[in-house]
Amino acid sequence: MTDPVYVTDALIAEDIDAYLAAHERKSLLRFITCGSVDDGKSTLIGRLLYDSKMIFEDQLAALEADSKRVGTQGQEIDFALLVDGLAAEREQGITIDVAYRFFTTEKRKFIVADTPGHEQYTRNMVTGASTADLAVILIDARKGVLTQTRRHSFLAHLLGIRHIVLAVNKMDLVGYDKAVFDRITLAYRAFASEIGITHFTAIPISGFKGDNITALSANTPWFKGPALIEHLETVEVGEAADGAKPFRMPVQWVNRPNLDFRGFSGQLASGTVKPGDSVRILPSGKTTTIDRIVTLDGDLGEAVSGQSVTLTFADEVDCSRGDVIAAADNPPEAADQFEATLVWMADEAMIAGRAYWLKLATQTVSATIQQPKYEINVNTLDHLAAKTLDLNGIGVVELSTDKPIVFEAYADNHTLGGFILIDKLTNATVAAGMLHFSLRRAQNVHWQATDISREMRADLKNQKPALLWFTGLSGSGKSTIANLVEKKLHRMNRHSFLLDGDNVRHGLNRDLGFTEADRIENIRRVGEVAKLMTDAGLIVITAFISPFKAERDMVRSMLPEGEFLEIFIDTPLAEAEKRDVKGLYKKARAGQLKNFTGIDSPYEAPEQPEIRIDTTTMTPDEAATMIIDRLLG
Amino acid sequence: MTDTLTHLDRLEAESIHIMREVMADAAKPVMLYSVGKDSAVMLHLARKAFYPSPPPFPLLHVDTTWKFRAMYELRDRMAAESGMELIVYQNPEAKARGINPFDHGPLHTDMWKTEGLKQALDLHDFDVAFGGARRDEEKSRAKERIFSFRTATHGWDPKKQRPELWNLYNARKAKGESIRVFPISNWTELDIWQYIARENIPIVPLYFAAPRPTVTRDGLLLMVDDDRFPLGDGEVPVQRSVRFRTLGCYPLTGAVESEATTLSEVIQEMLLTTTSERQGRIIDKDGGDASMEKKKQEGYF
Repeated sequence: MTDPVYVTDALIAEDIDAYLAAHERKSLLRFITCGSVDDGKSTLIGRLLYDSKMIFEDQLAALEADSKRVGTQGQEIDFALLVDGLAAEREQGITIDVAYRFFTTEKRKFIVADTPGHEQYTRNMVTGASTADLAVILIDARKGVLTQTRRHSFLAHLLGIRHIVLAVNKMDLVGYDKAVFDRITLAYRAFASEIGITHFTAIPISGFKGDNITALSANTPWFKGPALIEHLETVEVGEAADGAKPFRMPVQWVNRPNLDFRGFSGQLASGTVKPGDSVRILPSGKTTTIDRIVTLDGDLGEAVSGQSVTLTFADEVDCSRGDVIAAADNPPEAADQFEATLVWMADEAMIAGRAYWLKLATQTVSATIQQPKYEINVNTLDHLAAKTLDLNGIGVVELSTDKPIVFEAYADNHTLGGFILIDKLTNATVAAGMLHFSLRRAQNVHWQATDISREMRADLKNQKPALLWFTGLSGSGKSTIANLVEKKLHRMNRHSFLLDGDNVRHGLNRDLGFTEADRIENIRRVGEVAKLMTDAGLIVITAFISPFKAERDMVRSMLPEGEFLEIFIDTPLAEAEKRDVKGLYKKARAGQLKNFTGIDSPYEAPEQPEIRIDTTTMTPDEAATMIIDRLLG
Repeated sequence: MTDTLTHLDRLEAESIHIMREVMADAAKPVMLYSVGKDSAVMLHLARKAFYPSPPPFPLLHVDTTWKFRAMYELRDRMAAESGMELIVYQNPEAKARGINPFDHGPLHTDMWKTEGLKQALDLHDFDVAFGGARRDEEKSRAKERIFSFRTATHGWDPKKQRPELWNLYNARKAKGESIRVFPISNWTELDIWQYIARENIPIVPLYFAAPRPTVTRDGLLLMVDDDRFPLGDGEVPVQRSVRFRTLGCYPLTGAVESEATTLSEVIQEMLLTTTSERQGRIIDKDGGDASMEKKKQEGYF
């Protein structure tokens, strides 16, 4: 190996300490490779590993044997086999997940995310792109700019990758023809400027033969460079750009070994910080001064973007996990309503109105998403009307959080602008999002304080407000029992109000249908109305199927602890269907009614209701008495 | 500003961030400690992450009773130095049945390590276990997430991993589920060695060459570390200058002949060597091509 780009054995052999000293100072560049199936991604990465001597003899021997057995390159080494890891995908011959690879040159260390080109795996590419400083977009010289090329470029740009390399691969198969390269570069430039990519570097390569990878190739004398590696070695890495921005550090952990020490641990998201700097704690807005930057290796005089440190303050100021410590004179905002781009990553589609956990930096809050403003077709970049987002769907949405979060636009700060959404039931990561800006609405709608409190209103009625939330299948007996409960309360001089599912749909919710999203909105509105009524001091009774646990829990969380009583009217489906008071089951079975709970729409039974009524063993009157006893007892 | 953070600085900051993030959601975390060089780096990073507090979790050594003696010595010393609790677990069934690498083949690893680990995690109700696996070690590890979810029975499903974006980790889990967290996923073998050198981290002396009693078995150079090693008729251990690139159970870990007695020399040998790190381990080879992936699905780390 005489190639100067790579580790020279001579230096290692002759002066290992000099080599190590040089190596220790190398910076780190993270990049992704993306391309269509058969564009030669894995081959290119295999080549980079091979050329940088990251492949050992035993691996090479295995590779040679594998190449002959399952390889696609005849008797030649199939580099792709080095990279395609999991057994299943090896058999299919495609990469189906994100794999991370490592190699080193004389100037830099690299982490490569190998991301799949297959259509259904947008989510993996977005995952790989989220941590990348640079994207290598591979194009097969024989095929030119394809739909997938556009998709990958759009995603790379969406995730804010600053450096784009257009690697026109398989030049060996088009006779190293300059005209082919120029034509592809021109076509790509037209498309790139459409989506806002103002700058990219085009390089003609052959991953298989090694042209223009480590050094300029004699096969392309018309290409003046740079070779791929040379370019990767010289682009500016992400943290350098973040270092010039104002100081922000999300607090991960409060470090409190004893009563005399209180430190705040975190990783700097941007900027620098020094003892004596004036800082502001958000969202509280309190200011203080940095006292020390504490590490195991002694106190630091300065910490820079990307470093993990522990800060102490000059005063006793409240600060905990989720707070952001920022430059006092240039702090980020806090808000609770946003516009954002979402990339949906779960098999189960997005549900407008449902509450998800939103994690942004070290803040975790409950967030609900509105129906998308539009979905983006990643192939044509058209904006389409959409009610939801499916797996791999990308759309622009408005979302609101249950309390303000400290944020910045994703374009300005990836750490304070990038977030994930987590399903509250399955705990799956269902979406990635990028905040655009806060909606002014949130800041201008203030909470008006009133002089008469909810306690005063309830006292006047001489009762404790409550929400009796009946849930159960259609025909289970909810309305019958709820009605009996209200009659009994009335006789006892209690002030109550019964909100019935059917009745509400004639007025307040007449605009809603029976899709999953509409059902959720139905429950949300009923929850809000019921809450206002409990504020007025009433005992509110609701009778709605309310099939989803997430929404029942949402209403529960709106009310003070103990005021929400979930009453599960437990009637087996067969029994409810046998009764079929309104004839609805018959219609649903005949296919005349869509989205009918229990038939073609699920019912999630409460796991721990406050009261469970088994209508197969209890009369409606017994049930009503039991509920009243529980409420007043 | 541009060049203040080297690749080691960045890797260190990332690992520390990951360890601290675990503390936000974990009920009862533990750090797996196998006494090897990766464990040594993990322990060092944990001390840095939480300083001046001691790391807020214990160390767990899933012992097979067949580790090198020098490993037990360093283990006890490091636990004392770090001020952390050390839990040593030995699968009682493996102990009772006298499971050993000479007579029981793959069953040895399965019972002592795979089963032992599951038993220890269940016994103590640990919900998060830090491990020192690296993505550069082996093909199936290259695709593993930093937060890796295990079912209540410790199974791993490579198809059901959560996407990991930016440095946002979703550590929420259902009751009974657990997470294996790999803070040094993005480190390479060279990074580990350089960091050990830079930070002066104590490691087991077996990583350095010294004259040691050895025999050759199935193409592997094995060290006779104690008198449980069954020698053949007339077989006499030979003193050779050897060292180890990875450390496990001594009867399963191949040595390499070497004269490297300093860290620089060890790194030099590593850079000039022509075989991969795991080649000295028997464990990867049983089960053929995708053996590590299979082991992971069964619950091995």
